[in-house]
Amino acid sequence: MTTETDQHPPVPIQELERVTIRFAGDSGDGMQLTGSQFTRTAAVFGNDIATLPDFPAEIRAPAGSLPGVSGFQISFSSADIHTPGDQPDVLVAMNPAALRTNVGDVPPGGAIVVNEDAFTKQNLAKAGYAENPLRDGSLNDFTVFEIPISKLNARALEGLDMSTKQVDLTKNFFALGIMFWLYERSMDPTIKWIEKKFAARPVIAEANLRALKAGYAFGETTEIFHTRNRVKPAHLPAGVYRNITGNEATALGFVAATKLADRELFYGSYPITPASEILHQLSTYKHFGVRTFQAEDEIAAIGSSIGAAFGGALSLTASSGPGIALKGEAMGLAVMVELPLVIVNVQRAGPSTGMPTKTEQSDLLQAMYGRNGDAPMPIVAPATPAECFEMAIEACRLALKYMTPVVFLSDAFLATGSEPWRVPEPSDLPDISVPNHTDAATFHPYDRDPDTLARPWAIPGTPGMEHRIGGLEKADVSGTVSYDPDNHQRMTDLRARKIAGIADDIPELEVFGPAKGDLLILGWGSTYGALRTAAERLGRAGSSVAHAHLRHLNPLPRNTGEVLGNYRRVLIPEMNTGQLRLLIRGRFLVDAVGLNRVRGKPFPVPEVMKAARLLLDEDENR
Amino acid sequence: MTDTTSPATAAEPLKLTRKDFVSDQEVRWCPGCGDYSILAQTQRVMPEFGYPRENIVFISGIGCSGRTPYYMNTYGFHSIHGRAPTLATGLKIARPDLMVWVITGDGDALSIGGNHILHTMRRNVDVKVVMYNNRIYGLTKGQASPTSEFGKRTKSTPEGTIDQPVVPPSIALAAEATFVARTIDTYSSHIQETLEAAGRHKGSAFLEVLQNCNIFNDGAWRDFTDRDVREDRTIELKHGQPMIFGKERDRGIRLNGTKPEVVTLGNGIEESDLLVHDETDDMLAYILSRMFWPEYPVPIGVFRRVKKPTHHQLVAGQIELVRADKGEGVLRDLLFTSDTWEVS
Repeated sequence: MTTETDQHPPVPIQELERVTIRFAGDSGDGMQLTGSQFTRTAAVFGNDIATLPDFPAEIRAPAGSLPGVSGFQISFSSADIHTPGDQPDVLVAMNPAALRTNVGDVPPGGAIVVNEDAFTKQNLAKAGYAENPLRDGSLNDFTVFEIPISKLNARALEGLDMSTKQVDLTKNFFALGIMFWLYERSMDPTIKWIEKKFAARPVIAEANLRALKAGYAFGETTEIFHTRNRVKPAHLPAGVYRNITGNEATALGFVAATKLADRELFYGSYPITPASEILHQLSTYKHFGVRTFQAEDEIAAIGSSIGAAFGGALSLTASSGPGIALKGEAMGLAVMVELPLVIVNVQRAGPSTGMPTKTEQSDLLQAMYGRNGDAPMPIVAPATPAECFEMAIEACRLALKYMTPVVFLSDAFLATGSEPWRVPEPSDLPDISVPNHTDAATFHPYDRDPDTLARPWAIPGTPGMEHRIGGLEKADVSGTVSYDPDNHQRMTDLRARKIAGIADDIPELEVFGPAKGDLLILGWGSTYGALRTAAERLGRAGSSVAHAHLRHLNPLPRNTGEVLGNYRRVLIPEMNTGQLRLLIRGRFLVDAVGLNRVRGKPFPVPEVMKAARLLLDEDENR
Repeated sequence: MTDTTSPATAAEPLKLTRKDFVSDQEVRWCPGCGDYSILAQTQRVMPEFGYPRENIVFISGIGCSGRTPYYMNTYGFHSIHGRAPTLATGLKIARPDLMVWVITGDGDALSIGGNHILHTMRRNVDVKVVMYNNRIYGLTKGQASPTSEFGKRTKSTPEGTIDQPVVPPSIALAAEATFVARTIDTYSSHIQETLEAAGRHKGSAFLEVLQNCNIFNDGAWRDFTDRDVREDRTIELKHGQPMIFGKERDRGIRLNGTKPEVVTLGNGIEESDLLVHDETDDMLAYILSRMFWPEYPVPIGVFRRVKKPTHHQLVAGQIELVRADKGEGVLRDLLFTSDTWEVS
């Protein structure tokens, strides 16, 4: 029986609108898992959330080393948020290397929770610390909580039939338990998760449960924390929600599309970071008629997809920049044969192998022009992780309706970042089905629908429409091989017109903020959160700043020129050296100014605000 | 394993003829090209399978062979260099009901498309790969190919090529092809026979056709394919039969250790001393694939033919298994998982 006197008086609770926590440790410390468990819990509680995993490309870099540090940042809030936060309020550092690589992002006054057991001479040396930072005063600007996590955790697991190494692997759950207590979170979702995940290994399940609960109990009984923090649920629009990453949403979008198109899904892919998760996930949906094919290389991945499209399947392939480069010739073939195909590019930092796990949006011009000949294709780009779902369906819709390959540009930040997603009812999703051509009497392989300019899709197995397609230029209507100069001019124009015409079939560009004003911030892709947050803050501060975000990059929404003309200045922040800016300037002769950062990280909001203010001030001083 | 997903034959046998498979396109190979003969025999053999035209697809890459689909009155796809097997694989996964042929050449299949041949064969994708081998790049006007003989002088190798040639049947065998055969462009009855055998095989079939390019490599195989020497310098492989060849049917192949040797029958050497061909013996198939003129007669016919589950059967099998386990997928259940929460 417990008595009142066993517990210290309850600590005061501080209410906060928003908290950003970064978990950092060795790649083997389970930081991604810890972060995602905290995320699920915050999501189920009803906070608005945004997350940013940050992990090394090395699967297991040497333990304790700087390159081996893996991090996961989550921002959760009682208000609507768009980014995972620039600076963490709390850093959980499981070893000296994690502290060293992350402490620079913590603002003065921020909190740092460290596993003091990991601050051994050896680990300090591996992290390049001459002196122990916990002792030399270098952390005086922060509130540091030194907790012997390894020792306390080992004590909690005493008596279990496990090796010392196995015991140590559970310390992330101890740290998670502490954070759950500190932010008034229920352990239930994680307890359920552990029970399910380790159902077949009861000792491991027990160990993780004990670690989690011991961490929570430590928070409750220790006197080192002087406040607990409360972040109330956010006021999200009514509906059923789940937490989702961009890659998950992309895969689900394609499964939805296969139902909405009433065609079997074929997915040809070759493993590449950060796109592989889409292959992994889709390969578990065989009962939805999804056929995944792990090809021998990137070219075979798209080649097989084109073959499947010829056969009438809803066909997809996915990769990242280097793989897309390999697919270039086959993408041109898909343009020439005018078959529906979706090509997913989960962009990463380039050129060449670049930084495979880091984000960038520098493949826009590759998507636009990275093929021989004039080979136009539509490009769509989701702005947030959850939006990947609807944009995947949109990409399929355009591919099927216009008989064309479509590029879907995601990136590493969208792919692995997560946010709450209001789950749609399948009955509310659009019908994107198109018929096969079945009337042999009216069949010409390169005849066109007068509205969409799409050619008919006559699939093998249909009697009376045996025909041949291929990479050689085709005669208009008949589809036979043609070297006729006028025909090539006509076909080149037709291919361009078909794609340009899609502008009438996509939503107009929406503007957040004043419809006319001093400054328009124009963006695309995963910079959405940073740009919207910057525009909101500047607007609140009284500046005449609007934000517009392109989801269709080719063709551009038909009102794009008009929107650009409504502002005195246009700022285009991008995680590249100015690719959208080049397109916008070339097309509209607008003197757009760029803000270009390629640091492998999402845009920091303050940088966008600073660039915007600079432009606003310039105008004032003129 | 019964194959429920292979091309369906019509309820009533179709009475198609060679003409039904001739398209309206004018054939544009050089006069005298070996491809004419291969095309004619391909069109002639198609009715034998009993499939309706619309269920047959010819896919090619780039090179002179790549034009073949235009001349076949079936569905066809003239794709890009070396990649025809990839399109065929995707098509066959999506549409197991179709009969799929890949037409390729020595450069298309073994140089730029080498990787795809390897993997298509090892997966036992049910496609029939017909490789026209003329030991030269013809469409680009005469450069060395992966099967050009060592030291061959071509436009790109004026002092002679310094690359060792590869032996296509050896490559196909190493890639685990379940059907490997070779034939000769000018030997009409033999092309027909081997094309038909390839077409009837369930799984990856690889057929090398020794073909003459009378413009850039005339007489590529003349030393043993010319009619007056063919019987003495080639050996026709027949399953279960002793390996006898020659106009007089007086010579044979026997094994000395792991090395084959040419012997003359008589003087104490009897038929029973000779190798007997076994299409299911992959060791033997590889030994045979290494035999070549002038050291040996060149083997033609089927080197290897074995039954294994095809790729599309395995794909379908896994789908059935998962469906049996999880039931037909319901989109709403997939979207609304147990992790959801409600905001009202």
